[in-house]
Amino acid sequence: MPHVKSQSHHLMRSPVLAWVGIALIAVALIALPFALAQIGTAWVRIANLAILFALLALGLNIVVGFAGLLDLGYIAFFAVGAYCYALLASPHFGLHLPFWLILPIGALVACLFGVLLGAPTLKLRGDYLAIVTLGFGEIVRVFLNNLARPINITNGPQGISRIDPVSIGGIKFNTTGKVFDLAISGPMKYYYLLLIVLIIAIVINIRLQNSRIGRAWEAIREDEIAARAMGINTTQIKLLAFAMGASFGGIAGGIFAAIQQFISPESFVLVESIMVLSMVVLGGMGNIWGVVAGAVLLSFVPEILRYTVLPVQNALFGRAIVEPEVIRMLLFGLALVAVMLYRPAGLFPSAVRRRELAKADARLPA
Amino acid sequence: MTKSPMLRVAGLAVAYGGIRAIKGIDFEIYGGETVTLIGANGAGKTTTLRAITGLVPPVAGSIHLNGRDITGATSFSLVRQGLAMVPEGRGVFPQLTVSENVAMGAYIRDDKAEIARDVERVFSLFPRLRERAQQSAGTLSGGEQQMLAIGRALMSRPKLLLLDEPSMGLAPVIVQKVFAVIESIARDGVTILLVEQNANLALRTSDRAYVLESGLITIAGKSADLLSDPKVRAAYLGE
Repeated sequence: MPHVKSQSHHLMRSPVLAWVGIALIAVALIALPFALAQIGTAWVRIANLAILFALLALGLNIVVGFAGLLDLGYIAFFAVGAYCYALLASPHFGLHLPFWLILPIGALVACLFGVLLGAPTLKLRGDYLAIVTLGFGEIVRVFLNNLARPINITNGPQGISRIDPVSIGGIKFNTTGKVFDLAISGPMKYYYLLLIVLIIAIVINIRLQNSRIGRAWEAIREDEIAARAMGINTTQIKLLAFAMGASFGGIAGGIFAAIQQFISPESFVLVESIMVLSMVVLGGMGNIWGVVAGAVLLSFVPEILRYTVLPVQNALFGRAIVEPEVIRMLLFGLALVAVMLYRPAGLFPSAVRRRELAKADARLPA
Repeated sequence: MTKSPMLRVAGLAVAYGGIRAIKGIDFEIYGGETVTLIGANGAGKTTTLRAITGLVPPVAGSIHLNGRDITGATSFSLVRQGLAMVPEGRGVFPQLTVSENVAMGAYIRDDKAEIARDVERVFSLFPRLRERAQQSAGTLSGGEQQMLAIGRALMSRPKLLLLDEPSMGLAPVIVQKVFAVIESIARDGVTILLVEQNANLALRTSDRAYVLESGLITIAGKSADLLSDPKVRAAYLGE
């Protein structure tokens, strides 16, 4: 039986290779902030933002990629998490709860908001669901903007400032520290914190995808009535998708507030929701690694363009013909269009989406 | 016979926006039987099945499964009570592989070893599915999809299997094959409610039959008797 043989062969050789690969990636990830810091601390901050977006994309992937529910207001959960942290750890209310306590609170509150959005929209699908979720995202933002009177809860458009930075076991994350004569700046500390959170999030996502719940989401995405005929409680499983996805957003929001130390409703506009959705779609809906790659790519590409558009124009024409900001977003948009035209299932499609794509190709006349 | 029925439908009525599709019907199915519900297009056959499986709420009447009232129960909870349905138009998960579809049928179970045995059973019942195990279900032919839908439904180990128009859209040769399998499932002790437009085949496959006409049951009896009933022959067997 050649099939079995090749499989055992594969098993014999893969663990060693896999561990070497993992070790190499780990070293690269640990060394990355030092390399980035050589170019400028700004790049470490961009890497941090990329990881935050990866967290968001992973959360949205649960809703959109796994369960197939189009959510255009996802940033609202990010906002909820961020405001939870800001209100519980800033001079605004005079509360200064520790980081490890607020993070789960933020996740829980975001989770409740997820159910709040999920419950009334259970019967909606596709474009209808997209419109309601879009409205939900806007409602949350408008509330944040206006909950300053009569009782000042969110401080309105001014936002909340002087938010406590992360501090775990006496280590302050906003100042430069030293480990064996090696200077580790604030952003670098946050990088490692975020990296750990991201790894945990990826592990949770992989386990979810391969679990019974993951299979139920898959069934719902494919055919809701057939899923019910399998004995899947679709109501519960859909709410679970919204709740789980929202909690990831809440956690990302909490860390975001701690890193920025200042938040305002401006950070949670519709464009951000669309950005996260683009990351999911570009990376490959339903594929955990693809989604992470999509987030990293879409976080870095605009920044790289920011620093290259001007020098390239200067070199070519001797002066800047087009404003860097304009051309940057233009190129960004073009890149998105190109990817969707040539890789409609995303850069790294999940197995199921790949099949979908193959089927669509087969249907086209040669 | 004092045996109580597995499924008892009493005075069932279903309306779509004020128009009654089912106008109060009674029927029962006893354990081990194959019962068929035949009738023309729009007679209310599928609506009856949808009401039993909780997909549409009835406006009147009651449905009992093994003595328990399941009127208006959610469709997913019925699977755990031993009721499985093969919906009209098959309803396979098109992007999942045949194997994944079959595995999904065992969603409510977690006895891994037993599930593996049942997968084997489904594949030996439908050798065609084994050949295509790694293919996505959407690429199967209509007949294969019907077989997959039946195989998947069997994975929940139903006591009562509801089949909605298994012959629909299939070539006659394939229909024969599908019905041969339905007969062998019945022989294994699964109680079956078969809804069909192909009255001839349905009556030959079943023990008892009900004829549904404009939302009412007009004829009921042994399938063999109905096959020789001149009224049935004239209206449903094309004579």
